[in-house]
Amino acid sequence: MGYERQADFGTPEVVSDQTVTLTIDGRAVAVPAGTTVMRAAAVSGGSIPKLCASDNLQQFGSCRLCLVEIDGMRGTPASCTTPVAEGMAVHTQTARLQKLRKGVMELYISDHPLDCLTCSANNDCELQDQAAAVGLRDVRYGYQGENHLDQPVDTSNPYFDFDPSKCIACSRCVRACDEVQGTFALTIDGRGFASKVSAGLASDNFLGSECVSCGACVQACPTATLQEKAVKEIGKPERAVVTTCAYCGVGCTFRAEMRGEQLVRMVPWKDGKANRGHSCVKGRFAWGYAQHQDRILSPMIRTSIDQPWQEVSWEVALAHTASELKRIAAQYGRLALGGITSSRCTNEETFLVQKLVRAGFGNNNVDTCARVCHSPTGYGLKTTFGTSAGTQDFDSVEDSDVILVIGANPTDGHPVFASRMKRRLRQGAKLIVIDPRRTDLVRSPHVEADYHLPLRPGTNVAVLTAMAHVIVTERLADEAFIRERCDWDEYAHWADFVSDQRHSPEFLEPVTGVPAADVRAAARLYATGGNGAIYYGLGVTEHSQGSSTVMAIANLSMVTGNIGRRGVGVNPLRGQNNVQGACDMGSFPHELSGYRHVSDAAARALFEGEWGVAIDPEPGLRIPNMLDAATDGTFKALYIQGEDILQSDPDTHHVAAGLAAMECVIVHDLFLNETANYAHVFLPGSTFLEKNGTFTNAERRIQPVRKVMEPLNGYEDWQVTQELARAMGLEWTYTHPSEIMDEIARLTPTFAGVSFARLDAEGSLQWPVTADAPDGSPIMHIDGFVRGKGKFVVTDYVPTDERTGPRFPLLLTTGRILSHYNVGAQTRRTANVAWHPEDLLEIHPTDAENRGLKSGDWVRLASRSGETTLRATVTDRVAPGVVYTTFHHPATQANVVTTDFSDWATNCPEYKVTAVQITPSNGPSEWQEDYAAQATQSRRIAPAEAAE
Amino acid sequence: MSSHTPKTTGDKLVYMANQIALNLALDDNPVAATADHIAHFWDPRMKAMIFADDRSRLSPIARDAIAVLARGHEPTSQTRATDPQAHGTDAG
Repeated sequence: MGYERQADFGTPEVVSDQTVTLTIDGRAVAVPAGTTVMRAAAVSGGSIPKLCASDNLQQFGSCRLCLVEIDGMRGTPASCTTPVAEGMAVHTQTARLQKLRKGVMELYISDHPLDCLTCSANNDCELQDQAAAVGLRDVRYGYQGENHLDQPVDTSNPYFDFDPSKCIACSRCVRACDEVQGTFALTIDGRGFASKVSAGLASDNFLGSECVSCGACVQACPTATLQEKAVKEIGKPERAVVTTCAYCGVGCTFRAEMRGEQLVRMVPWKDGKANRGHSCVKGRFAWGYAQHQDRILSPMIRTSIDQPWQEVSWEVALAHTASELKRIAAQYGRLALGGITSSRCTNEETFLVQKLVRAGFGNNNVDTCARVCHSPTGYGLKTTFGTSAGTQDFDSVEDSDVILVIGANPTDGHPVFASRMKRRLRQGAKLIVIDPRRTDLVRSPHVEADYHLPLRPGTNVAVLTAMAHVIVTERLADEAFIRERCDWDEYAHWADFVSDQRHSPEFLEPVTGVPAADVRAAARLYATGGNGAIYYGLGVTEHSQGSSTVMAIANLSMVTGNIGRRGVGVNPLRGQNNVQGACDMGSFPHELSGYRHVSDAAARALFEGEWGVAIDPEPGLRIPNMLDAATDGTFKALYIQGEDILQSDPDTHHVAAGLAAMECVIVHDLFLNETANYAHVFLPGSTFLEKNGTFTNAERRIQPVRKVMEPLNGYEDWQVTQELARAMGLEWTYTHPSEIMDEIARLTPTFAGVSFARLDAEGSLQWPVTADAPDGSPIMHIDGFVRGKGKFVVTDYVPTDERTGPRFPLLLTTGRILSHYNVGAQTRRTANVAWHPEDLLEIHPTDAENRGLKSGDWVRLASRSGETTLRATVTDRVAPGVVYTTFHHPATQANVVTTDFSDWATNCPEYKVTAVQITPSNGPSEWQEDYAAQATQSRRIAPAEAAE
Repeated sequence: MSSHTPKTTGDKLVYMANQIALNLALDDNPVAATADHIAHFWDPRMKAMIFADDRSRLSPIARDAIAVLARGHEPTSQTRATDPQAHGTDAG
């Protein structure tokens, strides 16, 4: 499409059963009751001048530009604050209004720089547009009076500038920060003529303030007061392409606004159904990695990992790779090969990688990064509900009365959805947070948890079972729902189990560390407070009982009848952009696409008919099992697309040993990541801006990813996989990812109605998309669990074997921070490092004092697995006995201390519980120095002439 | 690596089998459930290794489950997570 601003109807849409008919400038208009006159005019094709109004903000009535005349009504009311009424006759263009509006604009312009021709917002400025709309030609007051034109520009934020000389004090930025983002970082400081937008205290600049750089204020600004630096540097965009963000599982859609082949800015798409026009600092601004100098654009090979890389042509690289894979298969057998699909790549790309493994390598040794995050979600929800996915869409939260967040930190990990959740909480919904840390959600402006249960890490199942004990023994269960929707005998068995006194909050308090009274109160609130919705993250899954915890959550939702309608449900917050999709596409070693077990002969026959090869009926190896098999000498080659297992997976020493034992490690990625230190082939990858395809977000929403620029490396990732397959002898002939999706739809019942054409027409579709649900399924299990009854599963609390003791007395838990994403490969190559340049260790003041530590000190973090060093920050966000850090920086390699303990059902690593000791340190450990030296050595690229 | 965690693949497989058995101990038929889980989620070489391993380190449930599988018995699905038929329009 060409470049047009997104439509703005001035005030929010109103939903009503009643329709009101009125006339605007003589035209008959019918709109829902409660709609404003401004919006009614806009949706009917008219236009009323405005400056302080925007349809993602509540009415404000400040700028006085949107005045109208209404028959029978005195004065000139503001159309943005005046609701429509039956039979109303509105006039938007009269001589009286023209005079009033011109007078208002005159005042604005008298205190505004007249630099339109050199202003970066020239021709993209609402103030300029409105001056033209009201016919302003001169300013009677002159420009010599008191003004704000000498205000200094705040350039502290790495992505946008704040130029107060251009501010018209419309408050749109302040309201966007309050209403849309929910951070309340901005305010109007001063009164009258001294009024000015301020980021926090007068001493604060934007970077130092509480601003989270979501971009909502920049998007809201009608002038160049708040504007992206990139627009100033590059110029106004010429065209826009709607695509889907490649960061977290919220799946925000953006307009990639381009000038030629250059990306100027990413602006959240107002019609995006996942984000509803909002964004976070990563998706909005942190895309600079796509052009970062560290990107590798030529294929490279080497005979051993102690050699420098040799740049080669694509033909040589692919022929060499295929030759090596064939050699290894011939020498060690077909089971010696495997692949890892990427949750950062598209559905089509992950589908091709698993197809390459199954049809090309001849085995099921394919796994995905969901192994280390949400594999317990797949197991737990399939066991209880029959569906390996969350039950709701994001809009559902608008109808929630009680929100239970367990093991998730959505303001950091899923910020755009967190903003919607916080909006609902400000409207009065109740909040229960179960988390060892006092996350921002526990207490932030205008949001406070009714109950925060700061449990001891590793005791999720105990707390949830204690809540179930309260619900059952206090007769709060929804018996009618259970009788209709669940297996009653299984329920009775489970109810008998949870009713045992050993599952009471009082009995378990010494285990969980949570006051029994709080557990009882939280359980009562969830069971009786109306629509109860549970949202969870990796603090649930990354435990030795991750799958049990997921099933305990499902039990709670069923026993209270909180499933099958808006406002309720079980909602896994997926970490990466396409975790759901990668799982859907058959990336697990025991499942074909659509979660059909490889032992299912009928499912295999379907694939065998389409692909013309036999499918192995035995499960393949999971990632940790691949590494074990490698050290045992039975697994020799691994194709890794878009994942950095050396940094992201637990027990770094073991990962390194497994990789080092292989004879052909193929890394297909944007950068020479940490895993590439052990690779023999490097195939350059393409960014989400350079490819076509689809991502599926946490609400099962399949959304288009559209190419906005040509791949710098020459190929989209699906093309690279196809060429590798062809070099292996497979006759793949896809010419576009839409053809891959057509194949997925043929082979996957839940995707039967999905195609690129339908996605283009609808914007997105939530699976299942079937003959019964041709437009998709926003809410699951509405009338029943199609495959049988809901299953209550007894979840006995089994303590982790990772225990504290005299040598390792503290518990380490890990997580992520707002400004970074996963291993940081992308965000570390953007200006987001301004907020988080290094991993820090959070430690409670008591534990810090006992060790003589203060914030900023270097500390040694040691476990039975290994040790590293990093700097400490002393905070009571963590409880005594608990420490916390992130894993975004390879210099820290936090996973060198995590262990190989994992979920009993899925082998999802137990990242969230590691017994550690903290001691003072004076700098990087010997291991860190050795690792840095080895990484530098491994990343050597031979000069071009030597490569020939 | 943890001093109290297993180091060899054989050690790990024993630990995994015991962990599965412990978490399925309250199932109606814990031996069948454990056997079903291992049959449906373990790669053939993992199964072969534990079949050949010293079973004295296995818990009673795990030991019986491994014995069932080692005899070539095909366990019936105990949960929807291992039931090939547990998919369809809503089952993903």
